[in-house]
Amino acid sequence: MPIYVFRRLLTAIPTLFVIVTLAFFLIRVAPGGPFNQERGLSPEIKANLEAQFGLDDPIWLQYVHYLNNLLHGNFGPSYNLPDFTVGELFANGLPISIQLGAAALTLALLVGGTLGIVAALNQNKAGDYAVIATATAGSTIPSFVIAPVIQLLFGLTWNLLPIGGWNDGALLNKIGPVLTLSLPQIAIVARLMRGSMIEALRAHHIRTARALGLSRWSVVVKHALRGAVLPIISYAGPAAAALLTGSVIVETIFSIPGVGRYFVDAALNRDYTLVMGTVVVIAVFTIVFNLVVDILYAVVDPRVRYD
Amino acid sequence: MAGQTILSVKDLHVGFDTLDGTVEAVKGISLHVDAGETVAIVGESGSGKSQTMMAAMRLLASNGRASGHVDYRGQNLLELDRSGMDGIRGSKITMIFQEPMTSLDPLYTIGNQLIEPIRRHRKLSHADARKEALRLLELVKIPEPERRLKSYPYEMSGGQRQRVMIAMALANDPDILIADEPTTALDVTVQAQILTLLAELQQTLGMAIVFITHDLGIVRRLADRVYVMRQGEIVEEGATDVLFTAPRHEYTRMLLEAEPTGRKAAPSQSAPVLLEGRNVEVTFKIGGGFLQGQPLLLRAVNHISLALKKGQTIGVVGESGSGKSTLGRALLRLLPSEGVIRFDGRDIAPLDREAMRPLRRELQLVFQDPFGSLSPRMTIGQVITEGLLVHEPSLSYAERDARAVEALREVGLDPAMRNRYAHEFSGGQRQRIAIARAIILKPKIVVLDEPTSALDRSVQKQIVDLLRDLQAAHDLSYLFISHDLAVVRAMADYIVVMKQGRIVEEGPTETIFERPRETYTQELMAAALDQTRFRRSA
Repeated sequence: MPIYVFRRLLTAIPTLFVIVTLAFFLIRVAPGGPFNQERGLSPEIKANLEAQFGLDDPIWLQYVHYLNNLLHGNFGPSYNLPDFTVGELFANGLPISIQLGAAALTLALLVGGTLGIVAALNQNKAGDYAVIATATAGSTIPSFVIAPVIQLLFGLTWNLLPIGGWNDGALLNKIGPVLTLSLPQIAIVARLMRGSMIEALRAHHIRTARALGLSRWSVVVKHALRGAVLPIISYAGPAAAALLTGSVIVETIFSIPGVGRYFVDAALNRDYTLVMGTVVVIAVFTIVFNLVVDILYAVVDPRVRYD
Repeated sequence: MAGQTILSVKDLHVGFDTLDGTVEAVKGISLHVDAGETVAIVGESGSGKSQTMMAAMRLLASNGRASGHVDYRGQNLLELDRSGMDGIRGSKITMIFQEPMTSLDPLYTIGNQLIEPIRRHRKLSHADARKEALRLLELVKIPEPERRLKSYPYEMSGGQRQRVMIAMALANDPDILIADEPTTALDVTVQAQILTLLAELQQTLGMAIVFITHDLGIVRRLADRVYVMRQGEIVEEGATDVLFTAPRHEYTRMLLEAEPTGRKAAPSQSAPVLLEGRNVEVTFKIGGGFLQGQPLLLRAVNHISLALKKGQTIGVVGESGSGKSTLGRALLRLLPSEGVIRFDGRDIAPLDREAMRPLRRELQLVFQDPFGSLSPRMTIGQVITEGLLVHEPSLSYAERDARAVEALREVGLDPAMRNRYAHEFSGGQRQRIAIARAIILKPKIVVLDEPTSALDRSVQKQIVDLLRDLQAAHDLSYLFISHDLAVVRAMADYIVVMKQGRIVEEGPTETIFERPRETYTQELMAAALDQTRFRRSA
C-alpha cells in the first residue's frame, strides 16, 4: 500500500503539469489583461506596470518563469490586490474555507447518511417518502436562495445569528454558511445512501445473515452498510475537494474572507497569478481526495488490492 | 430414522403485491417434515418451491405476504415476532442457498462470519466460538481450516464456499436444514462431493433436510419423501421409490421423462471441414500498466486444434474455468488469439474487424443467459432482424419483417409476438428468440455456449429437439459448449473434453461415454451419470 500511494503521488506530478500548462495558456487566450481597466491607464503607466510584472516578455518566457517560481513554492504577486502575494492570500483565506467546508461535509455525511439509511429501511413507506421529498427539495433549491432566507429568518426576524461576517471564526458566524453549504450535500448524500442501501439490503448475503438469525443491527450496520458506503465514499472525495476550496456564493453572501471568491474575481479581472494559484490549489485538493477515496476503498473492501 | 413431525405446513398461501395486482406464488399447500428425514420439494422454476420455504423462514421479499400455518414444534412461525423468529432461524431451522458466490458477505473473513451466528445463539466466549468455528470447518472438510478462518470468500472456490455455508448453517446443531438448490451452481464433480458431504453430516448429526431442487437425480439419491410442485400447488407426494417407479400424476411423469434423448449420427467421412483451428492459444493479461511492473499472463486456451465438419456437432465439455467458452469465442475471432483459424479453406486469423464483418453472418453465436443477451429496449422483431440491417441492407422493411415471421415460425414461436419485448417471454422462449436471431442470417456455423444451462429440464429437451431439427433442415455445423453431459450426449457426435485450457481427451461421443480413457473424463462421467442412471431407471 505505501508503494501504491507513492506511485500515485508520482503520477500526480505530470497531471498537475498538464493542468497548470493548460490553465496558463487558456487564461491568456481570454481578451484583455490585468491592467485593462474601464477608466484606462495611460499607456506609459500600463507599460511600466507590465514591465514590472514581466508581462511584456514573450509568452513562452513568462511560462518558463512561472513554472520556475511555482517549483520554488512561489505563486507570484496578485496583480489586482498588489499588497499581497497569491501565497499570502491563500495562507489567510484557505483555513477559513477549509473550516466551513469540513463542517459542512461532516454534517452532510452524518445527517444525509442517516436519512438515507432510514429511508432505505422504510422503502416505499411514509418515512421513505418524507426523506425523498425533502432531499428533492434540498437539491433543487439553489444556495443563493437558501443563504438569504437563513439571513432573513435567523438573522433579522428571530435575531439568533449574525447576518454575515467572519468575526475571527466565532461559532455563531459559522452556522449560516455551514448550513447553506451542507443542505444540498445532505440531500445528495441521502439520495445516494438510500439507493445504495436498498441495493445492499437485497444482496444474497443479507438473506444469509437473516436466515442465520443475526440481529437487525448486525444485518443492517455490519453486513449491509459497510458495502453500501462505497458509492458515498466515491462521491465524498470530489465533493470534499469542492467544499474545502470554498464557495463563491456562500462567501459573498455571508461576507466570509475565504478563497472561494478568488476564482471568479480573479478570472474576471484577468488576475493571471491568482487564477493560476486557484487552479493549482483546487487541482491538488482534487488529486489528494481522489487518492484518499481509493485508499478508503481498500480499507472497506478487502477485495480491492493495490500492489 | 424418521420420527415425529417437527415442521408442519398447513394451507400456506404466499402472494406478492405487484403493480399488476397480487401474484399468487403458493396456493394453499400442506406438507410436513419429520425429525431426521430427508424431504425433497421438486418443481420447475416458478413452481413456488423456494417461496414455500422462504415463507416458512419469514424471508420473503418485502412485497410478499404469507398466510396459513407453519408450525414448528407447536409454534406458528408466521405469527412469531421478529426476535422470536431470530431465535429459531440459524439455530433450530437453518438454510443454505443456491448461490455460493454471493451468499457470503464479501467484506468479512470466513472466521468472522462463522463466529457471529455461533455467538448469537450460544453464550460462548470469542475464543471458544473460534474453536467451534474451526471444528465446523473440519466437519465440512475444508483443508487448512486454521488458515481458512482468515480467508475472505473471494479467495475460495464455489465448492469451498458452499462448504462454509453448510458449516454456518450447522453451527448451532439445527433440527432442520433447508437446502435451496444447494448444488445447482456447482460443477458436476463438486456437486457430487457436496451431496455426499450433506448425506454424511445427516448421518452423524441427525437433522432433517429439506431439499428444494429441480434435479431429480439428487432427489432419487437422497430423499426419503418427495413433494412435486407445479404453479404453486403440490400435485403429487409420496415415498421416493414409489414416486419414481409409479408416478401417478402426468406432470411427474413428464418431469421424469424430461431428459433429452436420442443420439446424433456423425456426418459422412467426405463432409468438408468448415472451421478449423490449429494451435489456437488465448492469453489474458492481468494487471500491468503505468508504473505497475510486469502483468500476469493467464493462458486460458493452450494449443488447441480441432476441425468442425459440415453438418457436425462438436461438444466441448469441461468444468467452469476450463476455457471452453474462450475457445468458442476465439474460433469466431471475437477474442484475440494466436494460431491458425481457417474458415471454408481461408485463414481468417489475420483478418481485421472490417474484413471479418461479411463473414460474421456465417458464424453465429447463441449465449447461455437468455435474460441478459436480448436487449430489453427493442422488440423481439427488431432484435432478430438487426443482423439483416448489416448483412442484407438492401432488404425493405416488409421483407425483413417477412424474414422475422419465418424465423420465429421455425423456432416454434408465434410470429404475432414479434412486437413484444424480451421481458414478456419465459427463459425457454427467450432462448428460442436468441436462436431465431442466429438462424435468420442463414449461417453455416453456430457456436452454442451453454444454450440450455439456464433452463428447466423439460424446456431443455424442447430446445435440444429444436436445435437438432434446425441442424437437419439447414445442414448447420454446431460447436456445442456445455458442462451438462446428458445434453451433450444427445446433441454431439464428437466430444472434446477440456481442462485448464487444454484438451485432455477427444473422440466420437459414444466412445467417450462408454470407454473414457483419462481419469478426469472418468470422474466427470461418474459424477454426471450417477444422476442420469437414477433418472433412466425410472
